[in-house]
Amino acid sequence: MKISILSGKGGTGKTTVATNLAKTLGYMYVDCDVEEPNGFIFLKPKIIKDNEVKVLVPTIDYDKCTLCGKCVKACQFNAIANTGKDIMIFEKLCHSCGTCVLVCSQDAIVEKSRTIGKIDIGETAEIKCIRGLLTVGEPMAGPIISQIKGMIDDKDVLIDCAPGSSCNVVKAIIDTDYAILVTEPTKFGLHDLHIATQLVRKMGIPFGVIINRSDEYVNLITDYCKDNNITILGQIPFDKKIANLYSKGKLLVEDNEYRSMFLEIAQKLKGVVLCS
Amino acid sequence: MKICITSTQDNKDSLVDLRFGRCQYFAIYDDEAKEFDFIPNPGIKSMQGAGITAAQEIINMKIDVVITGKLGPNAMKLLKGSDIKIYSLEKATIQEAVKSFKENNLTEVTSSVPAHFGMGGRS
Repeated sequence: MKISILSGKGGTGKTTVATNLAKTLGYMYVDCDVEEPNGFIFLKPKIIKDNEVKVLVPTIDYDKCTLCGKCVKACQFNAIANTGKDIMIFEKLCHSCGTCVLVCSQDAIVEKSRTIGKIDIGETAEIKCIRGLLTVGEPMAGPIISQIKGMIDDKDVLIDCAPGSSCNVVKAIIDTDYAILVTEPTKFGLHDLHIATQLVRKMGIPFGVIINRSDEYVNLITDYCKDNNITILGQIPFDKKIANLYSKGKLLVEDNEYRSMFLEIAQKLKGVVLCS
Repeated sequence: MKICITSTQDNKDSLVDLRFGRCQYFAIYDDEAKEFDFIPNPGIKSMQGAGITAAQEIINMKIDVVITGKLGPNAMKLLKGSDIKIYSLEKATIQEAVKSFKENNLTEVTSSVPAHFGMGGRS
């Protein structure tokens, strides 16, 4: 069972839910929030291997290049320009599609690889963990997410996603069997939850909602879920004890009260996943 | 000599567009013919690399001087690589910009603003 965890709004508790559920269920934990992966802070796995993530970018062989500019016209990402004296490559805009190589009639373009980040593979006493890490200043997270997803070798896995509903989220949740949308009972939480809901519906992924920092059992998120026929998997209270554990880098399930809460959420999750 | 001024509209009384890559129009002033020509900036439609697209268009038109407000690192690198002079100004019309340039009242741009500056904080 592949379960993705997304939110719409940032800072609602995706990683809190993902790490605690991974530990509760004994599922592999995969951090696809490669711009700021922080699940390992709480799970503290021992890193056993790391892989560099590389993408291809063009380089020009000036012995062959005639400055014809075909590559400039063909590039859909504006990553190549012709100054009239040389061909400038803007590597960070390149999507590694290889079109420039195909259109060059002089065979003057050679691709070289460029490192944009890495993937760490680790393990705790109970579960396997993977995280992607995009190098600071690099704009494109997609290739790292795709590579991580190709490395998942457990059948039961929780995928922690980036906030928002961008390509990075789409790449992370595609092919997952179920999605958990983590939100909070604020207007911002509701606004972005609605966007995330539209995304998973469009992608045909069954989903449920977890409400974090929940003060009241009935709130604007529960109203929204009721109106839209969405399953609520659980509510995590707005509790200083949680903030305390979190600030020390501890999992909530290290506390008895919250261990039973996550067991309950896990049980409900298994039930609804079977029915979806 | 051909001068390109980034423009908000397509006439010589319009204000200079202080953004380079995402300006609305290029006002092209031909110093010999003493005439203006206005063309839409193809960079404005770019999903990414607007400054590069705009700069490439300017290179293709064999422009010698660019007058704008601010420009980003990629456009800057590309224009400099083509030996195009870049001058910056604050609020002015297209006609005033040409006049200021002729009177040597403009400062040459030597540093760029961060990427996506002209998008008002959106990346």
